Amino acid sequence: MGRLNTAYGVVAIALVCLVTLAVGSFGLRLSRTTSDFYVAGRTVTPYRNASAIGGEYLSAASFLGIAGLVYTNGLDMLWFPVGYTVGYVVLLVLVAAPLRRSGAYTLPDFAEARLESLAIRRLSTILVVGIGWLYLLPQLQGASLALEAVTGAPGWLGGLVVAVVVVANVAAGGMRSITLVQALQYWVKLTAIAVPAFVLLGAWFSDGAPGPAIARDTRWEEPLNGLAGQGHPVYATYSLLLALALGTMGLPHVLVRFYTNPDGRAARRTTLTVVALLGTFYLFPPLYGLLGRVYLPQLPDGVAADTLVLRLPMAMVSDGLGQVLAAVLAGGAFAAFLSTASGLTMSVAGVIDQDLLRRRLGRLTGEDFSAAQGFRLATVLAVVVPYVASRVVEPVGLATMVSLAFAVAASTFCPLLVLGSWWRGLSTSGAAAGLVVGGTLATAAVGITVLAGPVPGWPGALLGQPAAWSIPLAFAVSVIVSLATPGRIPRHTARTMVRLHTPEDLVLERG
Amino acid sequence: MPGSVHLPTAIFVAGGMLLLYALSRLVSHGRAASRGFVSEVDQATHATLHTASLAARHLQDGLTPEGSARAAKHLRGLLGCPVVALTDAAGILAWDGPAEHHRNRAHGHAAEVMRTGRTIVLGAAEVACSDPDCPVRSAVIAPVVAEDRVMAAVAAYGPHTSAGLARATEEVARWVATQVELADLGHQRSRAMEAELRALRAQISPHFIYNSLAAIASFVRTDPDRARELLLEFADFTRYALRRGGAFTTLAEELRNVERYLVLEQARFGDRLRVSLMVAPEVLPVTLPYLSVQPLVENAVRHGLAGKPGGGRIRIVATDEGSAAEITVEDDGVGSDPEAIREVLDQRTDGDSIGLGNVDARLRQVYGDDYGLVVETAPGAGTKVTFRVPKYAPGVHATP
Repeated sequence: MGRLNTAYGVVAIALVCLVTLAVGSFGLRLSRTTSDFYVAGRTVTPYRNASAIGGEYLSAASFLGIAGLVYTNGLDMLWFPVGYTVGYVVLLVLVAAPLRRSGAYTLPDFAEARLESLAIRRLSTILVVGIGWLYLLPQLQGASLALEAVTGAPGWLGGLVVAVVVVANVAAGGMRSITLVQALQYWVKLTAIAVPAFVLLGAWFSDGAPGPAIARDTRWEEPLNGLAGQGHPVYATYSLLLALALGTMGLPHVLVRFYTNPDGRAARRTTLTVVALLGTFYLFPPLYGLLGRVYLPQLPDGVAADTLVLRLPMAMVSDGLGQVLAAVLAGGAFAAFLSTASGLTMSVAGVIDQDLLRRRLGRLTGEDFSAAQGFRLATVLAVVVPYVASRVVEPVGLATMVSLAFAVAASTFCPLLVLGSWWRGLSTSGAAAGLVVGGTLATAAVGITVLAGPVPGWPGALLGQPAAWSIPLAFAVSVIVSLATPGRIPRHTARTMVRLHTPEDLVLERG
Repeated sequence: MPGSVHLPTAIFVAGGMLLLYALSRLVSHGRAASRGFVSEVDQATHATLHTASLAARHLQDGLTPEGSARAAKHLRGLLGCPVVALTDAAGILAWDGPAEHHRNRAHGHAAEVMRTGRTIVLGAAEVACSDPDCPVRSAVIAPVVAEDRVMAAVAAYGPHTSAGLARATEEVARWVATQVELADLGHQRSRAMEAELRALRAQISPHFIYNSLAAIASFVRTDPDRARELLLEFADFTRYALRRGGAFTTLAEELRNVERYLVLEQARFGDRLRVSLMVAPEVLPVTLPYLSVQPLVENAVRHGLAGKPGGGRIRIVATDEGSAAEITVEDDGVGSDPEAIREVLDQRTDGDSIGLGNVDARLRQVYGDDYGLVVETAPGAGTKVTFRVPKYAPGVHATP
């Protein structure tokens, strides 16, 4: 297998970047509906909003990472796409409508609205920024991998391209969570992964549908053979599922989209559509993993399994077609990096700007700056930190990295959101204790896993998949501390709960 | 490899230290005040002030039963007596401490204070019960006088009373009175806000109602169907504009009402009034003070276009700015003197553009001074009014 043809790949990636930039600068025009009257009736439909959530949510981990994991570690990895989707089912059942009805735009907003405490707001802010950075890290790493695989560019370039495009776009005022653009992104990604998949499947059938080549001792095709070879597969699998199922609701760029729904009912309908759209998309990445086993039983040394999707077409079909397919996949992957990174950067920058930077900048410069300048500075901060980290930290695999971000989100915001929506006994101290305990434990586990490398035995399994113990612990701490401090239950809890759970068209005093 | 392992470890350690530092800052934030006192007097002063501020939190709605019960606990700490009771004219508000069996008599004890407004000291003869271990044997009861009325009474019960306790009780009662007055001021302020809002509602009506009805009347014979539709629009408009209930609505609702308003104005102006709306669908669910866009549009119609031969165009634009929405109302009419607009916004004159000044005042009241109206205008150059509303602000909720 020779190097992928540079020209096609570069053209595809450059095209995606340019289109993203162009849409960013012309997007403002696209985003407005122009008409004489009755504009107000045209709220964003649940269907379009769901596509937008899908467009923002399907990241490098989904596009490249899952295929790589299935290829390397076997059928157990099918839990990843299941978990990514199940997260929205949990979101739908537990928090979609109350979140929308709270009127919150960001997670710190919800924390403040429910707990009436600025300290909790600040704590949530720090966590949102942390989770956002943790999630941006694999996007930038993935971009570097993809560009390296397609063009042979040095490793630092791909991440830098994504970082620069995102900063330019967000700072220039474009890409501001434009629903239509993000909705199109979903269909671009689906096409980019589905069309090559069908072509490759055709090639596979015409070859007589050969079976995958599996080395005898790897137990690739058996369930519960150990996630990433860590051992304790049953524990690791359940822990991973828990992290993915409960972490989705705590991702900073997901809640922002829910604000666009006109009411709680639309929020539920949107979530349901998201589940269907994600389910459709996730049919394809495992196919690549399987076909990889058939046609590329051995990857050359020093090649990350995450680039499998990009290498497969060249190995399977004739040169010209293979190059075109690889270019389409590379373009789709870059679309995935860009849209997820933009959404995350917007959310993280918004939070940094609003809660951390604005007052301080005002004091430092004597109010001598505009809101737009502050937001630009926040955007640069939001991207530079994960980019630097992506150059320093050893890659541990895109999907693994993302699952760690999920674990932190699940250990912190899941207790806050679930207890906040459904338990009137939650006190300010309880929520704070839950956030601190869950956040510290999950972050420590993630840090050790990412930086110290694999740890053998049970400690390794527990640290590699912290969700199964850190989430219950965070819940328990929240509940116990809340029960111990009934005096710290927010004053307007009853009123807030009524607002979170009554349909909007019901006439009642909401004060 | 070794080089690349050390760097991340260093960064991780540094990150961990930073996190610890941030956490310790957060934790110590609340306690910072308790360190660094020179003398015990300082410390006592601080303790007293701190207890008072804790009690003040619970009195910010006035003397409610729950608030009083919580505040009484802190007042007991201030007075250093076993039991503190709060009573008002209707009955007992709070009893904090042991000996609950005296609770029912507290209102009776305070009756004289409530009547005369003077502090009294009650001895064992009036207060004590048969139980020799009961700490309630005497009482100091002081009136809470706010706005020249005895609102309530603070009673400190204990085994014995002293001149010190009597004076302390009087001071505490006076302090409670201040808190009650503050709470009252708060109520008055929100009542004033509501009154101002009501004034704005009523204010749209006169010109507009007269003009609309005249315009509708002109269609009654020539085009009865149109007249009927216009009347229905008019009915919907007035229902929205004169509604009772919450002060906030969604941008979608507000724009719907602006559209009704424009339909009625177009009946009057016909082709002379051209309107374009450009609204990002993402910002339609944003919550904002109700009647905050319509007065701007009315201002554009009345001052921008009505005086201009050939009419003109009004543009209403709402864009998504991340955590805020930006709303612009622009006309290409006759414009006005910036100085005059400045005076209206500063509420120095009640000129013709009172709608602008009122919307500006309400926006600032709700969202803070960063969120007022921005007006760009010059004679002959049209007028552009812009404002921003944050997508989330504490305490701001739309009501249907």
